[in-house]
Amino acid sequence: MSDFRTALSRARGLGAAKHGVGHWISERVSAAALIPLLLWGVFAALQLARLDHAGAVAWLQSSLVNPTLLVLLVVTSYLHMSAGLRVVIEDYIENNLNRAALLLLNLFACVLFGALAVFSILKVALGGAV
Amino acid sequence: MTYAPRERPLSPHTTIWRWHVTMVTSIMHRATGCALYGGGLLLALWALCLAAGPEAYGTFKAILGSFPGKIVMFGLTLSAFFHLAKGVQHLIWDVGRGYKVQTASMGAMVCIAFAVAATLVVWIIAAMTGAL
Repeated sequence: MSDFRTALSRARGLGAAKHGVGHWISERVSAAALIPLLLWGVFAALQLARLDHAGAVAWLQSSLVNPTLLVLLVVTSYLHMSAGLRVVIEDYIENNLNRAALLLLNLFACVLFGALAVFSILKVALGGAV
Repeated sequence: MTYAPRERPLSPHTTIWRWHVTMVTSIMHRATGCALYGGGLLLALWALCLAAGPEAYGTFKAILGSFPGKIVMFGLTLSAFFHLAKGVQHLIWDVGRGYKVQTASMGAMVCIAFAVAATLVVWIIAAMTGAL
């Protein structure tokens, strides 16, 4: 017998959903990507802290490297932030309605602010800023 | 035959545990993760102010450059380096290594030491290059 499940348990549809680890893995993948990206981000922040607006614009427009890495940092961070806070909410919020509301808020906030950040960076990098 | 409803068993709560370094760093990992969520929003705000123009950008930099702003940035630097180091330890655990108690405790100490050292180095560089 290759299947140890009873006919009843199969009919009830219980058991592994076969996609439970996707969230867990995406959190680890984004974590691994963030190791170099965050170190570059600290390096970039040290440079940007010395620059005024014109300097920061020039920094973004000077090469493809800075805007590319910055967008990657934002996107990967926001993926990781949404995955991380999702687990925190799931762990601590017992009430179903509150939990659903907070999970949606977390997701929408990450998508909204992530998109705003990426479009702002692109706007400046592509020459839209004064 | 009916059964009286029984309380579900609870796992031992924090109160019965002796504090140890892996436990502290585990809690700190989650706390710094939540703090860095704020840091991520700050990053988006920075990009928005940059795109909005010199006036908004100047205001943003003035707020971050103020004393409370610097304290927030220092805390975020510390959180970022700690979360990075502890995250690496978690990735090592995820591949099934480093679970011996002594190794795990040593790793946790290294995370704290790395976070403090890297933060100090970055802020010293910032001070020396005029980034403050």
